Amino acid sequence: MEYINIFVKSIFIDNMIFAYFLGMCSYLAVSKTVKTGVGLGAAVIFVLGITVPINYLLENYVLKEGALVWLGEDFATVDLSFLSFIMFIAVIASMVQLVEMAVEKFAPALYGALGIFLPLIAVNCSILGGSLFMQERQYANIAEATVFGLGSGVGWFLAIVAIAAIREKIRYSNVPAPLRGLGITFIITGLMGIAFMSFMGIEL
Amino acid sequence: MSNAIHNFLEKNVKPNFDAGGKLEKYYPAYDALETFLFVPGHTTSGKGSHIRDGIDMKRTMIMVVLAMVPALLFGIWNTGYQHFLALGETSTFMDNVLYGALKVLPIVVVSYGAGLAVEFTFAIINKHQVNEGFLVSGMLIPLCLPVEIPLWMVAAATIFAVIIGKEVFGGTGMNILNVALTARAFLFFAYPTWMSGDKVWIGGGTDQAVQYADGSTGATLLAQATEKSSGFINAAGAQYGDTFWDAFMGFIPGSIGETSTFAILIGAAILLITGIGSWKIMLSGVLGAYVMGLLFNMWGANEFMMVPAHYHLVFGGFAFGIVFMATDPVTASQTATGKYIYGFLIGFLGIMIRVFNPAYPEGIMLAILFMNVMAPLIDHYVIQANVKRRNKRLQTVAA
Repeated sequence: MEYINIFVKSIFIDNMIFAYFLGMCSYLAVSKTVKTGVGLGAAVIFVLGITVPINYLLENYVLKEGALVWLGEDFATVDLSFLSFIMFIAVIASMVQLVEMAVEKFAPALYGALGIFLPLIAVNCSILGGSLFMQERQYANIAEATVFGLGSGVGWFLAIVAIAAIREKIRYSNVPAPLRGLGITFIITGLMGIAFMSFMGIEL
Repeated sequence: MSNAIHNFLEKNVKPNFDAGGKLEKYYPAYDALETFLFVPGHTTSGKGSHIRDGIDMKRTMIMVVLAMVPALLFGIWNTGYQHFLALGETSTFMDNVLYGALKVLPIVVVSYGAGLAVEFTFAIINKHQVNEGFLVSGMLIPLCLPVEIPLWMVAAATIFAVIIGKEVFGGTGMNILNVALTARAFLFFAYPTWMSGDKVWIGGGTDQAVQYADGSTGATLLAQATEKSSGFINAAGAQYGDTFWDAFMGFIPGSIGETSTFAILIGAAILLITGIGSWKIMLSGVLGAYVMGLLFNMWGANEFMMVPAHYHLVFGGFAFGIVFMATDPVTASQTATGKYIYGFLIGFLGIMIRVFNPAYPEGIMLAILFMNVMAPLIDHYVIQANVKRRNKRLQTVAA
C-alpha cells in the first residue's frame, strides 16, 4: 500500500512538471510531436528508475552523516553531504553514458528510437531533482526510492505526451503572432498545471 | 415589421460599417449584432449547387443556451427558497423567484458583459467576426458559481478565462480547456473562501446579520459528506426530507444551476434530441461515476465511501458537469472511441477526487479539466490505432 501511495503521489500530486516545474527545457523543446515526446519520456522513466536507487545507496552508505560507519567506528562522525550535488550529477552522467552504450550494443532499434534524447537527459533538471527529492524525503528503503523514481518518470512522461498531443492539435490554430511557439506552450503548461491541481491534497 | 427594421439598418446604418464607411473598424461588432437578430444574408455565389443547412455555429450555441434555461430558472427559484428556508421563514413562490432573480441575474449580466466586451475587443483588433462561442460560456459561468460570489470576482474570472483560456489560442473552437471551467478553477484556486464553506451557497449567507435557523446548515451535501460525520445521509435527511429525491429535484444548497438534476435532465434531452450534445460522453460519464461509486461501496473504508453509488449522480455538480461541460464539442475528444474513454474517465476520476480529496468535494469539475488536457492524447492514440488497423487490412487484401 505504501508503494502504491508513493507511486501515485509522484505521478499526479508531486508531478515533476506541474508541481515543481523541473525539466522544463527538454519538456518545451522536444514536445512538438507525440512521437519524440514518447521517446524522451521513456528515456526519463528509465534513467530516473536507475539513478534514484543508486543515489539512494550512495546517500545512505557514503554521503550522509554517519553513513560511513560500516568502514569502522572512526567514521561515525564523517559527514560528506556537502558532496551530494557533485556525486549525484556524476552518477547521473555516468549512468546515462553506461545506459547509452548498453542500449546501443544490445538494442540498436531502441537506441535508434531514443537517438539524441539519451545524452540530453544527463542535463535534465528533473533527473537531478529526483535524486535531491529522494535525499530530502528520506525514504525508508531502496524499494521506496525506486518506486519514487519510476513514478516521477511516469509523471514526466504523462506530462510531455499530453502537451505534445495538445501542441499537435493546435498546430493550425490562429494563435496571436507574438505568442506562437514557446509563448503559447508556456501558457498551456500553466493551464495544465491548474488541471493537475485537482489531485493536490489527496491522501491514500 | 422586422423587414422594415432590417431595411432601415441596411440603408442607413450598415453603410457606416462597410468598407470605406466612417466606422469601418467596428464592422465585426455590427455584424455580430446584426446576425443575432436576422438570418445572415450570405448566399452562395455563382453557379454552385451547395445546400446550406440553417444550423450554423450561432444556432448551435443558442440551442445549448436554451438547454440551460431550465437549470437557470430552477436556480433562481431555489436561491430564494434556500434563503428563506435557512432563515426559517415561510415564503411564497413569488418571494422565492423575486429574491432569486435579484441575486442571480446580476451575476449573469456581469458574466455576459465582461466576456462579450473582451470578445468584441479581440474581434475588432483581429478584424474577424465576433465568435459566438461565448454565448454558452457566459451562461455556464454563472450557473457553476455560488450565489454569494462578489460580482467583481465574476468579472475577473470571466476576463481571465476568455483571454488566457480562449483568445490566446485563436478564439472559439481553438481552446484546450473549457472556458467556463477555467473561470471556475481560477476562482476556486484564487479565492477559495468564496468558493467553499457553508456561507456562500445561500443567498445572504455572507451577511453578518443573517442568522440561520436552528438545525440548518448552509453547507452543500458534498461538504457535509466530506466531513464524514457519521450517518450524514440521515442527518441531511433530517434537514431535507428524503435526501435522494430532494437532491434529484434540487431543493438543496449548491451552485446556482447545478442543484437540480431534474432541470439538467430536461436540458440533456434538448441537447440529445437536437444532436448537439454527445450521448456517448454522457452515457459513459454516468457509467464511469456509477462504477467508481460501486467500487467505493465495496471498499467502504469510511462514511463517505459508503454513500450509495446512485447518490453520487445527483449530488453536487456531477449532472451539470457531465451534461453541459464534458460535452463541449471543442475540448472533448473528437473521435468516437475517444469519447467513450473520455467520458468514462471523467465520471471515474470525478468521483475519485470527490471521495479521496477532502479539499475539493467538487471533484467532477476538476476531473473534466484534467480530461480536457488529456483529450488530444486520447484522440492521438485512437487515430494511430485506426491507421494501424487499416494498414493491416490493406496488407491482408494485397497479400
